[in-house]
Amino acid sequence: MNGYLAIVAARFRTLLQYRTAALAGLFTQLFFGFVRIAIFSAFYAASPSSQPMSLPEVVSYIWLGQATLLLVPWRIDEDVLQQIGDGSVVYELARPLDLYTVWFARSIAWRTAPVMLRMLPMFVIAMFVLPHDWALMPPSAAAFAAWLPCFAGAVLVSAALSSLMNVTLMWTLAGQGVPIIIGSLATVFGGLTIPLALFPAWSQPVLYAMPFAGMLDLPSRIFTGNLPPHDALYVIAHQLVWTLVLVAFGRWLLARGVRRIVVQGG
Amino acid sequence: MPQIVADDLAKAFRVAERSPGMLGALRGLVSRTHKVVDALAGVSFEISAGELVGYIGPNGAGKSTTIKILAGILVPDRGRVEVAGRVPWRERVAHVARIGVVFGQRTQLWWDLPVVESLDMLRHIYKVPAADFAKQRTELVELLDLGPLLDTPVRQLSLGQRMRADLAASLIHAPEILFLDEPTIGLDAVSKLAVRAFVKRLNRERGVTVILTTHDMDDIEALCERVIVIGGGKILSDGSLAELRKRVTRERWLTVDVEDGAEVSDPDATVLRREGNRVCLAFDPDVVAPAELIRRVTSAHAIRDLFVENPPIESIIARLYQS
Repeated sequence: MNGYLAIVAARFRTLLQYRTAALAGLFTQLFFGFVRIAIFSAFYAASPSSQPMSLPEVVSYIWLGQATLLLVPWRIDEDVLQQIGDGSVVYELARPLDLYTVWFARSIAWRTAPVMLRMLPMFVIAMFVLPHDWALMPPSAAAFAAWLPCFAGAVLVSAALSSLMNVTLMWTLAGQGVPIIIGSLATVFGGLTIPLALFPAWSQPVLYAMPFAGMLDLPSRIFTGNLPPHDALYVIAHQLVWTLVLVAFGRWLLARGVRRIVVQGG
Repeated sequence: MPQIVADDLAKAFRVAERSPGMLGALRGLVSRTHKVVDALAGVSFEISAGELVGYIGPNGAGKSTTIKILAGILVPDRGRVEVAGRVPWRERVAHVARIGVVFGQRTQLWWDLPVVESLDMLRHIYKVPAADFAKQRTELVELLDLGPLLDTPVRQLSLGQRMRADLAASLIHAPEILFLDEPTIGLDAVSKLAVRAFVKRLNRERGVTVILTTHDMDDIEALCERVIVIGGGKILSDGSLAELRKRVTRERWLTVDVEDGAEVSDPDATVLRREGNRVCLAFDPDVVAPAELIRRVTSAHAIRDLFVENPPIESIIARLYQS
């Protein structure tokens, strides 16, 4: 096995141990899912005109948002935070590994294990337990199948964003500010408050140019059938382009940060 | 051809300074003043394969900076380094794959993982072939008595246990060179002995080159044939322990236990200390031969016991720093 894969695997297994946190998160996210569905149902009942997303699509969209909430990097990797805080990050360079790729590998694990722990039980509940009007349901097997690679793409965008946040620590050191900014942006521009399709038409090009659309909104639209399954190709292209941009920027910034530490000293 | 060459290494760090008090804090908002600290100011040495070298000096002398440069994780401002034919920071990944590093203050293992899984991770990271890994692991586990610890998560290990696990971790890829940065710091006596015995064996039996920094002079006395002393970023002394002693002081100590609190003294020796019935005299063997001094002392007083020793290495090093 490749060293980086070993890091992903070990980190993934470690993160799977946080079952109580996942259970608490599951209940919270279920609760807010119900509230938001109730609100949107009321809106749709009161609205005379037709919307760009049907109510069943919105219901599924909300459940997907709740289930994959932790794709958003709400916090910075605490081990990395500590390493940069006390300067011990240089010791990472004593291993025959590329530091950025190590962080990216850790991020992949961190963006999948906690999400899986919440998403799988939530899918079971929202698909099979809840009554039809409240349920999460893809319109076709094709829509579900097309969603799977889009979810993987969302993990890549999210991991690239998380790694970039790690790198910013080399300048900010504290690590509380950046996640708040990213979290707020992702909440609005990822469609966690209102599905992006329901924003005014003029704002759509801007909303869909941002990485947050690829992280949360676009995969959900594929799942709900709001976009046809073959549009998954566009979604994946969007995600890959953003992953490449974020990785390139993260690497460039990290090289500068490491040079600062390694050449100029603490 | 030496395995490690360091030639005229220099490295300065910029340290932000703040004037004291509220006014100083406010001034710091506008203009930061920096102090440049020379961690290394022209350090040169050569180390051959199979040597076991002690690298010692007071805090802030530049020991860790040197080790970090040799380990490829810091870039010097000036100077040339070659370790096994490579410039560490220029070919970092290839370089660190061939060396082992242990930093006493910090673990290389993964806190959340049991020791055995940490070793397994390192196998993948260093791309150790499965057969070599199995052999190496069995050997290290036996030598370092890690068997009972293998399934314990690293965070639950005691410091001594952790250091043994860290030593195993640093050697799983069978490096030719091992850097040990304060490997015995904070360890109890038993663990220190275990670490020393292991390092010695590693050097003797496998011919691994070891560079060891420490504050514990017992480490040096137990292990190192060669000692490099550094202070203020410069090399103060480089040679065998015996040469270091000879260079700094020829002094010997004569310790006598007297019968009844007698005031032992001698014109050719100085009294270092008196503790109850024990008196310690310092003398120069060129001025007065040890046998002659002992004869004088024993004929003048009733002596229960006596012994002659070299001054402990600490006091020699302390004198070197002062001069």
